[in-house]
Amino acid sequence: MDFTLTEDRAMLQDMLRRFFADTYGHEKRRAVLAEGRPFDSAVWAQLAELGILGALFSEAQGGFAGAGFDIALVFEELGRAGAIEPLLSSAILGGGLVAALGTADQQALLAQVISGETRLAFAHSEPGSRYDLENVSLNAVGGDQITLTGTKTHVLGGAEAETVILSAREAGLPGDKAGISLFLVPRQAAGLRVEQHVTVDGFSAATLTLDGVTVPASARLGAAGAAFDAIEDITARATLAVCAEALGAMESAKAMTITYLKERQQFGRPIGKFQALQHRMADLLMEVEQARSAVVNLAGHLDAPRAVRERHVSATKNLIGRVGAMVAEETVQLHGGIGMTDEYALSHFTRRIVMIDHLFGDVDHHLERFIQLGLEAD
Amino acid sequence: MDLSYTAEQQAFRAEVRAFLAEALPKRLSEKVRLGKRLNKAEIEEWHAILNARGWLAPNWPAEFGGAEWDAVERQIFEEEACLAHAPRVVPFGLMMLAPVLLAFGSEAQKRHYLPRILSGEDWWCQGYSEPGAGSDLASVKTRAVRDGDEYVVNGQKTWTTLGQYANWIFCLVRTDTDCKPQQGISFLLIDMTSPGVTVRPITLIDGEAEVNEVFFDNVRVPTENLVGTENQGWTYAKYLLTHERTNIAGVGFSNAALATLKQVAANTLSGGRPLAQNPHFAARMAQVEIDLMAMRTTNLRVVSAAAKGQAPGAESSMLKIKGTQIRQELTSLLRRATGPDAMPFLPDYLEGGDNQMSGLPDHAPTAAPSYFNMRKLSIFGGSNEIQRGIISKAILEL
Repeated sequence: MDFTLTEDRAMLQDMLRRFFADTYGHEKRRAVLAEGRPFDSAVWAQLAELGILGALFSEAQGGFAGAGFDIALVFEELGRAGAIEPLLSSAILGGGLVAALGTADQQALLAQVISGETRLAFAHSEPGSRYDLENVSLNAVGGDQITLTGTKTHVLGGAEAETVILSAREAGLPGDKAGISLFLVPRQAAGLRVEQHVTVDGFSAATLTLDGVTVPASARLGAAGAAFDAIEDITARATLAVCAEALGAMESAKAMTITYLKERQQFGRPIGKFQALQHRMADLLMEVEQARSAVVNLAGHLDAPRAVRERHVSATKNLIGRVGAMVAEETVQLHGGIGMTDEYALSHFTRRIVMIDHLFGDVDHHLERFIQLGLEAD
Repeated sequence: MDLSYTAEQQAFRAEVRAFLAEALPKRLSEKVRLGKRLNKAEIEEWHAILNARGWLAPNWPAEFGGAEWDAVERQIFEEEACLAHAPRVVPFGLMMLAPVLLAFGSEAQKRHYLPRILSGEDWWCQGYSEPGAGSDLASVKTRAVRDGDEYVVNGQKTWTTLGQYANWIFCLVRTDTDCKPQQGISFLLIDMTSPGVTVRPITLIDGEAEVNEVFFDNVRVPTENLVGTENQGWTYAKYLLTHERTNIAGVGFSNAALATLKQVAANTLSGGRPLAQNPHFAARMAQVEIDLMAMRTTNLRVVSAAAKGQAPGAESSMLKIKGTQIRQELTSLLRRATGPDAMPFLPDYLEGGDNQMSGLPDHAPTAAPSYFNMRKLSIFGGSNEIQRGIISKAILEL
C-alpha cells in the first residue's frame, strides 16, 4: 500500500499547479467568458506544449502516461484552477475513442490531438436520452456511403472540434446495446448544423443537427454496431476525469472558505470563532477527504474487469455528487452574499461542482446503477 | 382544534381564484411559471392590476387604500397567487417601509409616501446591508451628519435588491458613533435621484444582476426625511423584521414549485420509465412533500396566533429556516429532474426570449439558475445561522 505519487507524477502535478498559479487567475477566466470565447487558445497551446495532453495517453498511443492516476492528477489541477480548456472533450472522450477503436490510419489523428493542433469532440447525448448510454436513436444507413440523420445534444466542445465522433444506430432499437456505431464526422460536413451555447458552468457546448450527412464507410470507428463497450469504457474514464475535476474545485472552494472564516469580521471577531461555523467546516473537510478517497478508488480500478470497474464508477460518481452539492451549498452559505457573486471565484467553482452532477449520470442514476450492478454480481 | 376554513374564508378563496383567472395576464403568468425574469414594466403592470382591485396593500388600513386582510386571508391570497403563477409583489415599499411609516412615521410622511407607493410613482429599495455589516447589521457604518436642516450622507450599501429600478431607498444610517452600535442608528429616506448617489449592479451566480451596490458621496438629505426619532432606527428595523414576515415561510412558492416538480418528474423518462417512478427520486420528492404538508400547518398555526394579535418571536425564525430548506430542496430536485438539459446557460431565454434549442423542454433553462439563485434564501433577511441564534437565545435564556 502506498498512497504517495510516483516521482514522475509528483513532478507533473507540481508543474501543472505552478503553471495555473502563474497564468490562470480567476480574472482571466472571467475575461474569457465575458468576451464570449469558448476557452483561451494560448493556454490551450501551452498545456499541449507542457505535455499535459500527452499525459492522458499511453506510450503506445503516442503519449507518456494515460493511467487512471494520471487522469485524476491532471483533472484535479484543472478543477483547482477552474480551467475551461477542452481536455475532457478532445483528449479523454474524442482521443480516447480513437485510441481504443481506430485503424492505423485513424490513429494518425492522435498525434495532432496530443499536440493540440486538432480538437475532437464526442457527440452522444440526444434529446430525452438522459444518462443511459444505450439510448441512441440517431439513424445511420448505407453501405459504402453512410447517411446520418438525427440530433445530438450537449456536445462538449462540439463547436470548436475539427472532427466530431458521433454515435449512431445501425441496427436494433433505442435502448439496445447492440447496433450502435461510431463515425468520424468533419464539423464542416454538408448537412451538419452546429449551434454553440455556453453552459451554466462556463463551458462551450453545442447542439448538432444532422440532416442527411453523408460519410464514407471508412469514417466508421470500430466494427459496425459494436461500439457500446468502447462507449462505456470511455465514459468510465471521463467519469474519473470529472470526479477528479470536482475534487480540485472542492479543494479550491474549501481553501477560500477557510481563509474567509479567518478574515471576515462580524460581531467583533472572525466568524470562524463561532462554533456553529467551526463544526460545519469540520464536516466539510471530512467529506472532501471522502471525495478524495472515492477518486483514488476509481483511479485505481479503471483497468479492473468491467464488473469491478463499473461498481467503482457508480460509487465514485454518486459520492462526488452528494459531497459536491454539500460542499457547494455550504461554502456559499459560510461566505454569505459574497459567495453568490459572479465577481468572486467561489461562485464559479461551485457552479462547476454542482453541474458535474449532470454529466455522465447524477447521484440518483448512479445509486440505482450501483444497486443493480451489485445484484448482477451476486 | 378545527383544520377547516370558515365559510367566509372559503368564499374569500373563491373570490381570489376568480379574480386571478380573470385579471392575471397569461403573458405574465407564463413567464412566472417557467421561472423567467420579469422586467420593471411587467412588475408595475401587475401592481397596477392589484391596485385597481384594492388588493395591492393587503395589510394596510383602509384609510390609506389597504385591504385590511387578516393573516389567514393574506395566506389564502398568497397560496392562490402562487398556484396561478402570479408575479411576486415587490415588498420593499408595500410590506417593509409602509408598516414602519404607519407605526413610526409622521402624519405628513404617511400622507406623502403611502399613496405614491400604491400608485407606483415611487419604487423603494432597502438600504440595510453594507460590505462590513451583513449578519451583524448593527455595525452599519454609512454616516449621516447633520448640517442645518439637512443630513450629509456618506457610505455604501450592498445587496440592494432591484435597486436599479428604485427612485427611493430607506436606509439604516449611523447618526451617533459614541454609543453602543445599536443605539446610534437612524432610519432615513433618501431620494436616489439626489446628486452623489451611484448604483452599481452586482451580477450573481445565476448570471442575473438582481442586486446592487449603492454608494453615497456627500448626499444631502432633508431632515424631514428622518423616520421617527434620531438614533432610534434599530427599533424600527427590528419592528420590521419581527412583525412583517407572515410570508417568510414561502409556503405559496413551495406549493407551486412542488406542482411543477411533480409534473416534470411525471413527464421525464429516466431508465425507461417516468422519473416519478424512480424509487430514489420518488423518495426524495415524497420526503419534501411530507415536510411541506407539516410546514403549511406550522405556518397556519403561527399565522392564526398572529391573527389573534400575538406577536411572533422565535416562530418567525423557525418558519424562515424550515421554509427556506424546503424551497431550496424543491429547486435542487427540479435541477436534478432536468438532467443533462439543465446544463445550457441561455440568458436570452431567462430574460423572456423563446426557447430555440432543439429538444430542450421549456422548464429546463431556468432549473439550474433558479437552484443557484435560491441559495440566497438562507443568507438574506438574517441568515439561517442568525435565526438559529435567535431561537436558541429564546429557549436557553443564557
